[in-house]
Amino acid sequence: MNRAVTRTLSANTHHLRLCRRTLCSATTDHVYHATPGEVNDNVQPYDIAIVGGGMVGMALACSLATTPLTKHLKVAIIDANPALTNQVPINREDPPDPRVSTVTPATISSFKDIGAWQYVQQHRHAYFDKMQVWDYTGLGYTKYDARDVYKEVLGCVVENKVLHRSLLSRIEDTDFGKTIYPSRLMSMSLHPSSSSNIVDDTSSAEALYSRGRLAKLELSDQKSLYAKLVVGSDGAKSQVRELMGFKKTGWNYSQNAVICTVEHSVENHCAWQRFLPSGPIAILPIGDNFSNIVWTMNPKEASDLKSLSEEDFVKAVNHALDYGYGPHPRPSLLDSSSMFSWLGGNMTITSNASFEVPPKVVKLASARMSFPLSLLHANNYASKRVVLIGDAAHTVHPLAGQGVNLGFGDAFALSRTIAEGVAVGMDIGEVSVLKRYEAERRPANIGMMAILDGFQKAYSVDFGPLNILRAAAFHGAHFILPLKRNIISYASGEQRLPLFT
Amino acid sequence: MPRLCFPALGTIAAMALRRGQVRQNLRRYLFNPSRSISSSAAYNIEGKNDNKSSKNELELAKFAAMSDTWWDSEGPFKPLHAMNPTRLAFIRSTLCRHFRKDPQRPRPFEGLSIIDVGCGGGILSEPLARMGATVTGVDAVEKNVKIARLHADLDPMTSTIEYHCTTAEKLVEEQKKFDAVISLEVIEHVANPAEFCQSLSALTISGGATVVSTVNRSMRSYAATIVVAEYLLHWLPKGTHQWSSFLTPEELVLILQRASVNVKEMAGFVYNPLTGRWLLSDDISVNFIAFGTKFDQ
Repeated sequence: MNRAVTRTLSANTHHLRLCRRTLCSATTDHVYHATPGEVNDNVQPYDIAIVGGGMVGMALACSLATTPLTKHLKVAIIDANPALTNQVPINREDPPDPRVSTVTPATISSFKDIGAWQYVQQHRHAYFDKMQVWDYTGLGYTKYDARDVYKEVLGCVVENKVLHRSLLSRIEDTDFGKTIYPSRLMSMSLHPSSSSNIVDDTSSAEALYSRGRLAKLELSDQKSLYAKLVVGSDGAKSQVRELMGFKKTGWNYSQNAVICTVEHSVENHCAWQRFLPSGPIAILPIGDNFSNIVWTMNPKEASDLKSLSEEDFVKAVNHALDYGYGPHPRPSLLDSSSMFSWLGGNMTITSNASFEVPPKVVKLASARMSFPLSLLHANNYASKRVVLIGDAAHTVHPLAGQGVNLGFGDAFALSRTIAEGVAVGMDIGEVSVLKRYEAERRPANIGMMAILDGFQKAYSVDFGPLNILRAAAFHGAHFILPLKRNIISYASGEQRLPLFT
Repeated sequence: MPRLCFPALGTIAAMALRRGQVRQNLRRYLFNPSRSISSSAAYNIEGKNDNKSSKNELELAKFAAMSDTWWDSEGPFKPLHAMNPTRLAFIRSTLCRHFRKDPQRPRPFEGLSIIDVGCGGGILSEPLARMGATVTGVDAVEKNVKIARLHADLDPMTSTIEYHCTTAEKLVEEQKKFDAVISLEVIEHVANPAEFCQSLSALTISGGATVVSTVNRSMRSYAATIVVAEYLLHWLPKGTHQWSSFLTPEELVLILQRASVNVKEMAGFVYNPLTGRWLLSDDISVNFIAFGTKFDQ
């Protein structure tokens, strides 16, 4: 009887219903192309609006598309990146793009679960099973081998565009109801929900929005849309995070990373990282005779390095990976394994592996790019109808190549959380559902961030006793097998903290 | 030690919830001197033969005001919202198995009619509707039914729920039948659990399912519900619960058996205060849920 009373109040809803009816059919197109000046009355609400269709946003979409419980969801992807709509073929003959990611075994396994890894394998990618880390003092040195943890590989280096394209290709295999909006988010809002402001009984998007059941998004091309859940996967400068007022903590490292692709005369199969006084330099295999360089230093040095001639730059890289800034780790130090023999003689296979100098760089194979580094963490990842994933929630120091893996971890965890919510019939935008995702990911991300920040800080001072301490830590990591296994597992993306397993 | 205190905490939370969920019913019946001789429909607040004392009127007004906070998942019923997915996970898995529905589908209950007896604000009815069921929610408290109605209308997926202010007994008289009958956290507040189970059974089609959850009569539930919730934390007025009227799992199985319902599965709920999540467990010493099937007499 109460229902009857509320329904008599629906005086002005007739036209809204009409709008909805006429537009239902129009929104089944997979790509919603912007037409200038078009009046947008597209009021069919979406289940999920993913703001930012980068690697992490697409990983979420792909995971939703391939999970039985979520593949029916209607998803909008808002991103002006043309790569989403016009797919330029990726030519295997081109030198690799300097924007690459090191994906961990955990990420690889998730990509296999959603069926996207097969597409990665069609493009250039490079597995590596060894990793050498050393520092400029000649004291710290450690070498990791996948065999230490009974694994095939420690990780795989893939160009970002390949990861992105693979996820997109996988989604296109499915009949997932996605709509791409090639636009930018301008504003978004939630209506304060209350059962008291019910004035009609229509299910039009506008009416549902006014009851707090939908978020409203307005785009740069005058379009607007409604969704039950908005996912901010729009990177470190997230609009979603700023518009919704998520608080954040963070600092700049006053460091820049210079990245580029280089060529060797032989193929590189190992990941190398050396801590230099101004920051780490990493050289990662990317397939064929190419490697990727990520070199961290202060902004002044970075701009100097970028303006060097190609020849001088190659010299500088080879210098930094060999005798530059300090000696090689001394062989006598490498014999110090007896120091740890009291731990049970549980020596690793690779603890006797000798120090190697990375293969010489012969040629620069791409432009040099430079970007500033910072640490940023949103205090919360979830609020009503809004959730943050990837760099929108946290950015980390790139020194161990963990950033994007944390982002993928977020995407897959959120997809699982949404599937669990659907399974038990929850409204997927409810904060109680989204907090489960936050509770799963926040501690994992904070743990990794703290460790990477610690590394960065440990190497930001050149001070005798500290150097010795770092060397001791390196030796512990090199010679104590259980510790070594823990470190490798953790860096591989298995969510366990070192030492506490 | 943690094994002992987690479920205990769980019950405290459950007590707080229960206060909301069936609080009108509960007040009515626990403060009603005539309850021991009233019908099994103990949650029937509108009972015509009840002598309404002014105290009860006051209590009711207070609770009615609080009902608006039902659906605030960060509000006083936060623990109930936290527990709901766990209860639903049990219901989903048992009903999918029994009715041979594919649990990988987003709406596995399509084609099933389900009644939620003691629906309160609709916190169980709405998810059941989203899972595809044709849901009827009944509660004896008019206010609860209104809240449930208003809230279900907010979402087109739940606006199909039929809410009625009535009792299981009246529906039995009307000879209503459902594929599945679910009554969570109600039976411990009814005067005659055996008769209540007879009503639930009478509403279930032959070969259908009956799901009941309640609190065990154990030392731990005594500690959690009476000592902690009522005397130490004052979450509930002293005397809210009559521990002696709680049912043990064995007793529930027995009275359901007598009502032609075979209990096939049972699980306990435990609360993990570190994650804030409720988990299904074998530990049925405090909160538990039972799934049974109706057989022909």
